[in-house]
Amino acid sequence: MMGIYAWLLLLPASVLLVTFTHYPTVATFIHSLFSNGTVIRPSRFVGLDNYRAVMHDPVFWKVMENTVLFALGTVPASIALALLMAVWVNRRIPGRAFVRLSYFTPTILPMIAVANIWLFFYTPDIGLLDQISAFFGGRGHNWLGDSRTVLWCLIVMTIWKEAGFFMIFYLAALQTHSPELEEAARLEGASRGAFFWRVTFPLLMPTTLFVFINATLNSFKLVDHLFILTKGGPDNASNLLLYYIYENAFSFFDTASAATLTVILLAMLAAMAIVQFTVLDKRVHYR
Amino acid sequence: MKRYGFSVETLAAWLLAVLWIAPLVYAFWAAFHPSEYAVHFNLLAPLTLDQFREAWRQAPFMRYYFNTFVLVTMILAAQLVLCTLAAYAFARLEFWGREVMFGLVLLQLMIVPEVLIVENYRTLAAFNLVDTIVGIGLPYMASAFGIFLLRQSFKTIPRELEEAARMEGCGILGVLWRVYVPTARPTYLAYALVSVSYHWNNFLWPLVVTNSVETRPLTVGLAIFGAPESGVDWSVISAGTLLAVAPLLIAFFLFQRQFVQSFLHAGIK
Repeated sequence: MMGIYAWLLLLPASVLLVTFTHYPTVATFIHSLFSNGTVIRPSRFVGLDNYRAVMHDPVFWKVMENTVLFALGTVPASIALALLMAVWVNRRIPGRAFVRLSYFTPTILPMIAVANIWLFFYTPDIGLLDQISAFFGGRGHNWLGDSRTVLWCLIVMTIWKEAGFFMIFYLAALQTHSPELEEAARLEGASRGAFFWRVTFPLLMPTTLFVFINATLNSFKLVDHLFILTKGGPDNASNLLLYYIYENAFSFFDTASAATLTVILLAMLAAMAIVQFTVLDKRVHYR
Repeated sequence: MKRYGFSVETLAAWLLAVLWIAPLVYAFWAAFHPSEYAVHFNLLAPLTLDQFREAWRQAPFMRYYFNTFVLVTMILAAQLVLCTLAAYAFARLEFWGREVMFGLVLLQLMIVPEVLIVENYRTLAAFNLVDTIVGIGLPYMASAFGIFLLRQSFKTIPRELEEAARMEGCGILGVLWRVYVPTARPTYLAYALVSVSYHWNNFLWPLVVTNSVETRPLTVGLAIFGAPESGVDWSVISAGTLLAVAPLLIAFFLFQRQFVQSFLHAGIK
């Protein structure tokens, strides 16, 4: 009896979840094993041919390298900054409300708006960055047009956008720490630095792992800014996996490659999730 | 409290805060001054609203506001209903396969709809829902995050409250409406704020689904408006960007505490 009620309550959500999460996951996998169909030649089973093609595509390797670099560049830096921000904002400093507001504000802006604003900083010659460098006698530089600097420009912008969001998780965790701990440490004569590294930081370890996993998952799907700033260029120097999937599907109309690349992205997400469930203490966040 | 150290840290915290807000302040500067001042900082520069007029003239912002508003409201309404029903089943009912089902729901925390744009576009095409606002919203309506958050919250509600309501003759829906929904109000508020800010800002999937002014949300409209190819001048782009983010930004400044509390609440889980 209860079972019937339960299934009825779950029905609407399940139908949508199956249609837009489970079915497409399976369908992506199946489509990655078939060739692109055309009017003359219908789609047929090709086994792992699509995967072989992707592996021989130099752009794919460039994109993978960028995706990993983008994650490595954004995740640890934003986490470190987020922790610093949280520790500062958690203290009774003058103007705390303004400081917190300022750290958090980039978080509620859409990536498209952020890209619009930052585009101007990176514009050659008249952009803010070049004006500052001109002040110190530097010469104009095409920051987004140079394959050596473009990815770093995106990384800096993303750190600015994301750090305030991760700060929230640290703030939440810090508020559960009892003030007596710091009191006791001070009586024992521990410096603030020692207290942070010996007590606060280890206590925040579960939060750090949690934020690390989620920040990494998140970095794989942050591509909105590419549409404004670089379109993946120059010469794919800033192309990221999800953007490349979009290009394959909706610009090159190569859905077989898009499906294959999606499977690779899903595998990366799954690997992160496995890390989350095996390394993380489940009781901390999931019970 | 130690005086030194403390003040150096405060200074550093303030420096970072000023640095962090600077890009946004700059966007305001560019938008409210004539374009020749976009690169010249001069405190005496005249203020103007011309850029906003120009932006408003060049893109159908009213229509974009309307589309985003409809989209965000529709998604939230559907999420609240669907997630409440599912969360109650997971929190309070015993049934065969509950753990497996819950695991399948949580899968969506990892495989977010953005990743599946290719297949989901195919599905929408099959249902003839491409270029509709409903089409943008559908993949998000059953939200694993919402179900998870509400289930956590429902679990903390004493069963005695439910039993009392049952004595009064309430059915499942009555119990939900009279006991669970009112008690879990802070969670609903937190979830609503997170959901609204997410979908107000969402871009990739709406871009894939829409191809007309009648369905495009603000973010997609802004991306087309601000594209360098369209040759709009810099100050006008700043004004357009501020127009697009204004409602959410104003709401955030007014209800700052609730926003931060909500994100905290949703973050702790």
